[in-house]
Amino acid sequence: MSENNQNVNMTAGANAENWAPDLRTRIAGVEFQNPVMTASGTFGSGMEYGEFVDLNRLGAVVTKGVANVPWPGNPTPRVAEVYGGMLNAIGLQNPGIDVFMERDIPFLKQYEKTKIIVNVCGKSVQDYVDVVERLGEEPAVALLEINVSCPNVKEGAIAFGQKADALYNITSELKKHAKQPIMMKLSPNVTDITEMARAAEAAGADALSLINTITGMKIDIHRRKFAIANKTGGMSGPAIKPIAVRMVYQVAQAVKLPILGMGGIATAEDAIEFILAGASAVSVGAMNFVNPYATVEILEGIENYMRQYHVEKLKDLIGAVR
Amino acid sequence: MTQKEIAPAIFDLWIKTELAKDVKPGQFVGVFTKDKSALLPRPISICEVNADRTALRIVYRIAGQGTKEFSGWQAGEEVQILGVLGNGFPLEKGKGKKVFLMGGGIGIPPMLELAKEFAADAKQTAAECADGKTDVRCIMGYRDSKTFLKEDLEQYGRVYFATEDGSVGTKGNVLDAIRENAITADVIFACGPMPMLRAIKAYAQDQGIPAYISLEEHMACGVGACLGCVVKTKEVDHHSHVHNARICTDGPVFEAGEVEI
Repeated sequence: MSENNQNVNMTAGANAENWAPDLRTRIAGVEFQNPVMTASGTFGSGMEYGEFVDLNRLGAVVTKGVANVPWPGNPTPRVAEVYGGMLNAIGLQNPGIDVFMERDIPFLKQYEKTKIIVNVCGKSVQDYVDVVERLGEEPAVALLEINVSCPNVKEGAIAFGQKADALYNITSELKKHAKQPIMMKLSPNVTDITEMARAAEAAGADALSLINTITGMKIDIHRRKFAIANKTGGMSGPAIKPIAVRMVYQVAQAVKLPILGMGGIATAEDAIEFILAGASAVSVGAMNFVNPYATVEILEGIENYMRQYHVEKLKDLIGAVR
Repeated sequence: MTQKEIAPAIFDLWIKTELAKDVKPGQFVGVFTKDKSALLPRPISICEVNADRTALRIVYRIAGQGTKEFSGWQAGEEVQILGVLGNGFPLEKGKGKKVFLMGGGIGIPPMLELAKEFAADAKQTAAECADGKTDVRCIMGYRDSKTFLKEDLEQYGRVYFATEDGSVGTKGNVLDAIRENAITADVIFACGPMPMLRAIKAYAQDQGIPAYISLEEHMACGVGACLGCVVKTKEVDHHSHVHNARICTDGPVFEAGEVEI
């Protein structure tokens, strides 16, 4: 393809089918075949969605949060639909690290092209350390996403993600124990997300992912009850996308760390917004529930966009809008 | 696609789809709205499959904006469904036995395909195993005389009715109908509101018989990934490793003794 080619119309794109844009991207020294990943908690460990999409096509599977021991999660109802999105308060139900290492990791290792990112949760710093150390035994795990932002559990999680000093402390502690790079997952439920991003960077975090869900509430007026047993739930879905894009942009301007961007991504156009705002990769979350093929369709859409606009390398799009 | 209202706010929808090929009684589909502000598929049980297995029938009640939209769909429209989901009823547990099929309200529709399959199976096996013929009794509970699916059910076996207002059959619930008719069973299959399922669980334990009950819960993915629709289990679940099973993929039918309801 000629670099001088200024023709960016659809026909030119369609004619250029025999060149493949370079979709590779890097986060904290880890190279991914493409920037499309899954958002933790929406995709399990990929087993369920493996029936719909070829997991080998994804940049990475980001697993459901895993703790040192099994967690039962919250009472039901755990999910509710809201305009343009949903609320959830699953409460990080998970089988614990032992089962995860024996069952989920070997399953994911079958997909050699797709990297494994494990989401780690805990109630105390020691809980996180225990999980991080266990995961250090498994070289197939490329990156650890540290969940300090789940709004649905009473202890731990978000308590570490809403105060800059607490975030600094847990980040620096985990850095001492982690064999893999660590990516701190930031909460949008803060006054200034850039303050949290700076604290994580100063403590030695290797990357950031954002945003987690936005705390919300829904009341069933007919039963006069909360729609979710936990009363509050984390909101996700297309309705939160503008907030997420804004936060990714702000964080990208504030720190040098690579960003995994997410929040309401439903289409390739949405994903490209996040990348232009500064995300090196993107995660698809609630949209998996709406369209089980969403991840792969978004990947193909990004590729088409790059052909259409003659973008040779994905990295040329990252943070291109300032 | 064709649709009609068969009782107040209860709609009967036939959808032509190749998914009908593999449907088992008690399975469900996720039905999507066309309004894109409502994202999640609505889990609705399959009522029946047509003879050549090219279409499936769902009978649903308007419960909110999504189902309200469905009720406005016209013949010939194209709609999006996800499925077939869930495991359905364990038919084999009823073969050669005295079986109760118990449905309450909008839990009645999935019992139709189950009744039909039992009826078909009984005919097939009657010759080879005359004394082991399955004896199926349907006991259906309604609010009032709007007994939707009554004629459909009566094609496949003996049906007893209970209505809250006493307008048809026994006045009261499905358990009142059992007592009034002095009938017994070896195994129960049921779908209906939670108070009915709790009562059936207690009755089955009392009688020392198994009861396979179909549960519902608010769902997001429908495929077992999100862990939204769990039910508490007596034992540690094989998949979750906690006392929770997923209604969508481990159910929606559970033996009543296995779940805390």
